[in-house]
Amino acid sequence: MATLDSKIPQGPLSEKWTNHKSKINLVSPANKRLIDVIVVGTGLAGASASATLAELGYNVKTFCFQDSPRRAHSIAAQGGINAAKNYQGDGDSTYRLFYDTIKGGDYRSRESNVYRLAEVSANIIDQCVAQGVPFARDYGGLLDNRSFGGVLVSRTFYAKGQTGQQLLLGAYSAMNRQIGRGKIKMYNRHEMMDLVVIDGKARGIIARNLVNGKLERHSAHAVVIASGGYGNVFFLSTNAMGSNVSAAWKIHKRGAYFANPCFTQIHPTCIPVSGDHQSKLTLMSESLRNDGRIWVPKKLEDVKAIRAGKLKPTDLAEEDRDYYLERRYPAFGNLVPRDVASRAAKERCDAGFGVNATGEAVYLDFAAAIQRYGKEQAHVKGLDENDAALVKKLGQAVVKAKYGNLFQMYEKIVDQNPYETPMMIYPAVHYTMGGVWVDYNLMTTIPGCYAIGEANFSDHGANRLGASALMQGLADGYFVLPYTIGDYLSNDIRTGTISTDDPAFEAAEKEVADKLQAFLNCKGKNSVDYYHKRLGKIMWDKCGMSRNADGLREAIVEIKALREDFYKNVNVTGTASEFNEQLAKAGRVADFLELGELFAKDALERTESCGGHFREESQTPEGEALRDDKNFTFVSAWEYQGEPAQAKLHKEPLNYEEIEVKTRSYK
Amino acid sequence: MKLTLKIWRQANAQAPGKMVTYPIDNVSPDMSFLEMMDVLNEQLIQKGDDPVAFDHDCREGICGMCSMFINGEAHGPDRLVTTCQLHMRKFKDGDTITIEPFRANAFPVIKDLAVDRSAFDRIQQAGGFVSVNTSGNTQDANAIPIDKHDADRAFDAATCIGCGACVATCKNASAMLFVSAKVSQYALLPQGKVEATDRVLNMVKQMDSEGFGNCTNTGACEVECPKGISLENIARMNREYLSASIKG
Repeated sequence: MATLDSKIPQGPLSEKWTNHKSKINLVSPANKRLIDVIVVGTGLAGASASATLAELGYNVKTFCFQDSPRRAHSIAAQGGINAAKNYQGDGDSTYRLFYDTIKGGDYRSRESNVYRLAEVSANIIDQCVAQGVPFARDYGGLLDNRSFGGVLVSRTFYAKGQTGQQLLLGAYSAMNRQIGRGKIKMYNRHEMMDLVVIDGKARGIIARNLVNGKLERHSAHAVVIASGGYGNVFFLSTNAMGSNVSAAWKIHKRGAYFANPCFTQIHPTCIPVSGDHQSKLTLMSESLRNDGRIWVPKKLEDVKAIRAGKLKPTDLAEEDRDYYLERRYPAFGNLVPRDVASRAAKERCDAGFGVNATGEAVYLDFAAAIQRYGKEQAHVKGLDENDAALVKKLGQAVVKAKYGNLFQMYEKIVDQNPYETPMMIYPAVHYTMGGVWVDYNLMTTIPGCYAIGEANFSDHGANRLGASALMQGLADGYFVLPYTIGDYLSNDIRTGTISTDDPAFEAAEKEVADKLQAFLNCKGKNSVDYYHKRLGKIMWDKCGMSRNADGLREAIVEIKALREDFYKNVNVTGTASEFNEQLAKAGRVADFLELGELFAKDALERTESCGGHFREESQTPEGEALRDDKNFTFVSAWEYQGEPAQAKLHKEPLNYEEIEVKTRSYK
Repeated sequence: MKLTLKIWRQANAQAPGKMVTYPIDNVSPDMSFLEMMDVLNEQLIQKGDDPVAFDHDCREGICGMCSMFINGEAHGPDRLVTTCQLHMRKFKDGDTITIEPFRANAFPVIKDLAVDRSAFDRIQQAGGFVSVNTSGNTQDANAIPIDKHDADRAFDAATCIGCGACVATCKNASAMLFVSAKVSQYALLPQGKVEATDRVLNMVKQMDSEGFGNCTNTGACEVECPKGISLENIARMNREYLSASIKG
């Protein structure tokens, strides 16, 4: 049985990574040519890891289910990437970024990993600029920064509202260079179906070519899972339609522990649900909270009038508006962390102050920012600061330059002009802090199997701060894994090529083929989406923004029943030997139906509130999350033992040496 | 809304394809185009028919995977949007909508509306990068100040999502807008200048070998581009190519 050893290096926190790098084993350039590494996923973590491993000299095989590695969902990240550069001279440092991230994660992340993340963050920006990533610059030609939630400095680098796109295209370009050199073999439209374990070590995968349906065996000396998060277990989320847990879940079933599955981030600023037909939700970047003020009306009669279309939000006087984040959290105001902002929106909407027909929306208002920027511009240009029309026009131009693509996206979806009327927003599932358990080297509990980026659990605790996902993905892929994987592979220099004729490959392939055929043979009455939507509803209602013991127990029963019904009554059209999206999706939903139950079980077990995990039974009199440090300062790592209900809990205690564990306050 | 859909159905790359008509009812104007397609597919599955295959992923206009040719226009009648951001409010009750794949020799059909755009990847592999190792041992990011206007123009070019609408729209199936956007991004930045000569020559060579047509300056690509990539990029690439050819 696997053991839970986090392998944190000895020594002072600030020296751990440097010392570790100096001491771990290396593989010589000549031997790297004899070693194969598989990377699953081409988001920021997978693409950057593939490129770097190939540059180092390993033979890399990379897989993505999309038609090109450039489509991975990191592309949709909007607001920015954090780095402790202190270019603004506002007091930032490695320690402060580390501290903010630990506190933001509500003291449920591993100290040594987070410190390393903060340490390498500055390097990421240097690297990306060298690759030609066009970050925003000021008129002096230097890099610009903005602020994100939960921090008091400006450390976020950005490229308008498309930072993820620009960073991913940077990593994709680094991959392309290696594909061109033949060092990466790229498998587009391929899905990982299972992990192959030989003599206790990860030695390859079974992949399915999604174009012709053929199953393929691929061997390697190490397998890296960079397949992202599992937010789509909620059906509606800001994830891409194809985002799934399957690669992570398959390794879980082969022996990798799954950590903190209930730690999910519900992002406060998303476009509200418009109807039953909805297939996904769209994020409005957190960067908008730099300039947007969040409010609902103070009086219920105004809410009613607004919902009935008799009153416009712009007609409401200042004193009739409740800027509830500024009221409740004066120190951080609209820039409180995401979990806090989401719960506050829910609290107002539950109290009846939601401003749209469904009662699930609050305003994000730019009028004050447009005024402020407009006056500033008028002053700079020597124009009349009291000309209201002019000020508005100038202010709108500034807002457009900062957030133009987001405003356009909002207008296309909602059919309202956010320059003239406040945006309507509501929280939605966005990111999963939980994931595959990894040690300090990012290795899972299966030797030779690694998990990086959102797919692992290690850096964000119970809540991730804005602009930290891009940072973690690139840190893992560019700067951490390429070092740590060498330590493991140094024992494999004499192994030689691993044969795909091994019985383990044979057995895994047969298992996959049988499962696919079972879906096709079922010929039930319900589509795959029918099950996915029902699962999503259970998750949102009972494992969403607030959770309680009764609801979680019900969720466990309901998900299990839904899963059993799925295997009896699902209808998958077509065959296994063609381009068949329904079949691909059936496999993904089958895995969500297992993960969902473990998720609820984990949430039930953790009777404290922390970060995004809010247990109604554990709150302060003011309704803030109440941690239970005495009993829950640990990582829940679940071992697969058949049904999710049988999963076995292992605990990794969290020790904080350099940081005092305090009540997290943004007041 | 009640609509009539005429959709290109093709089992695989080898099979012949044809237009098939499907009536659809109860379409809400707030649905996105792809959500309307989801409803159609749900109905087809209920009847035991094969659902329509189409590419899509992020559904927020940034991944570049969705790719339909709707009523004769790449990504449909709206401007500056991808198909996933097109909403049914742009259509009227009773409309007939024709839906085809992006058509080009270099984009073979995989099934129905899904096409193979890996030619774009191969062009990028030929030179769409700066040859810097990802070791992190680079100079400080602020060591080279970059003129804000150049940085902004490089960014504008870099916002191309690689969807292929330019190719599908062009009567010659030319990929010039796509290739020039990448060439321009690097040509405008000091980091990209070192390899500028080889980059443009190699990328254009690969573009030609993939079977894309020539550019005859009709400008249709710019009109249909969901990200508003400017024709100026093509002019810039032509300059880069000419100067590289003389040097080369």
